[in-house]
Amino acid sequence: MSTRAKEILVIGIVLLFSIIIYLGKVFGWVEVIRFSPLVSMILIGILFLALLYILVLTLKGHLIERRAVFLFVAISVALPFFMTISQSARISPEVQQLYDNVSELPKGSKVLVSFDFDPPSAPELQPMAESFLHYCLLNDLKVIIMGLWPQGPQQANLAMDRVLKKEDIIAKKLRDGKDYVNLGFQAGNEFVIKGMGADFSSMFKSDYSGNSYHDIEIVKNVKNFSDIDFAFNLSAGYPGTQEWVQIAVDRYGLSMGAGNTAVQAPMMYTYVNAGQLKGLLGGIKGAAEFENIVDYIGKGTKYMLSQSFAHMIVIAFIIIGNVAYFKNERGKKKKH
Amino acid sequence: MRREIPLIITGVVGVVFLLQYFIPHWPFDEMSGWFSDWFSIVQAFAIWLGALNLLKISAQKVIGKKSDWGFAVVIIVSFLIIVIVGLTGGEGYRETGTGFSWLYKYVYSSLSATMFSILAFFVASASYRAFRARNFEATLLLVSAFFVMLGRVPVGDNISFFLPDEYQLSQIANWIMTWPQTAGQRAIMIGIALGLVSTSLRIILGIERSYLGGGD
Repeated sequence: MSTRAKEILVIGIVLLFSIIIYLGKVFGWVEVIRFSPLVSMILIGILFLALLYILVLTLKGHLIERRAVFLFVAISVALPFFMTISQSARISPEVQQLYDNVSELPKGSKVLVSFDFDPPSAPELQPMAESFLHYCLLNDLKVIIMGLWPQGPQQANLAMDRVLKKEDIIAKKLRDGKDYVNLGFQAGNEFVIKGMGADFSSMFKSDYSGNSYHDIEIVKNVKNFSDIDFAFNLSAGYPGTQEWVQIAVDRYGLSMGAGNTAVQAPMMYTYVNAGQLKGLLGGIKGAAEFENIVDYIGKGTKYMLSQSFAHMIVIAFIIIGNVAYFKNERGKKKKH
Repeated sequence: MRREIPLIITGVVGVVFLLQYFIPHWPFDEMSGWFSDWFSIVQAFAIWLGALNLLKISAQKVIGKKSDWGFAVVIIVSFLIIVIVGLTGGEGYRETGTGFSWLYKYVYSSLSATMFSILAFFVASASYRAFRARNFEATLLLVSAFFVMLGRVPVGDNISFFLPDEYQLSQIANWIMTWPQTAGQRAIMIGIALGLVSTSLRIILGIERSYLGGGD
């Protein structure tokens, strides 16, 4: 079979699998496929034995191909979705700090949430968005949503749709424009933040649904950042948390927390340690911890097991790679 | 004049923004407001320009039957589908339940996430082939990565359950992230900031002109 034919075959299988899962989601039977803890442990054992076999092969001088690594990563990420093992994530200081700051806000406080990301980063940031919005709405905080990325407000809508369907939120009988609002996207990157420092309405003439800014009840008394009690930025790059800190926090004194992708989060520790950020959620782990602390079990917690597996697999392959390296080095020394 | 006018605009805007930061009063605050508005307007047009340029390049690829022209067909068809679905959706085309929303949620989001998730495969493969304890620095990096990767997932604490609380892997990972990592990040950020200041000054003063294109 030619490489092209193999590629088409793999694409076909993946497509078929995706359609089956989608139909399963629509009709509800995909939820039935769950491995018991015993079956899960057996599968973990098989995975461990397979890795051990690769280690033995490496020690014998047989290096595995790249596609084997890909296969292990695919299995380690996909299998945990069907497992029923629960893991408890310890709350990091920066997540606790964010929670403490938000929980101290009195009822009716205005919280600005900026969605500065697009779908590629949604697996990490969307769970944060959902748990944060849920917590705010449940605790009678007024949520003002916006986006510096074109797809941000659409992501916000997806999150709000899920949150507004929760029973405890339905019971609150919240209204768009009174308890929450999506102001939409505004082009201009950090200049939008700067403009908002002077006057929100100069940057957002209307909300996402087309209602005039001055007719929206929730923002009637919101002129600039002075009228915002807390801000939360979900960021996947530029413009994002760094720009918010440099302009809104440093120049206008906005109190702000952030949720970042795991890749970007390390840079934000400098702002957390300096007190410029009042808490940080980093990657899926941050999302899972925040879900844990606000008692909203969502995708962050579900994805954590996959993350654990993926990390373990990467570490296993680093060890195997180093075994191969040192074996090779020793062989070279013997020849000399 | 094709070079002088952009240089003057850059210089004036740069100086106004610089002064406005230290003197946030008239006329600098107002001028800064104008320039910010202009920037937003120019950027909004740039989005259109980018989209139309993508269409033009893709169409040229298809017409000229250049390599991988099939992908260009996919781009054009996808572009047209999303534009038509959006336009026919009326004012509330972005609301839940509309065709545009369905395409966004089940096609665009899924495809984008798929592209990004490929990173995990390459990270694993690259780690396997290149992450070696060749010298002291590489070993230090390797050991740090080992602690952080294990400590950033719950399984880390499960492995180190027998250790005192402060020595469990999640705590070690937190320590690495909070102190050595932050120190390194600060050094990098200060370096970048200094480089940015010097480059900005060169651009404002018209010494650095490569952004005009064509070499100088």
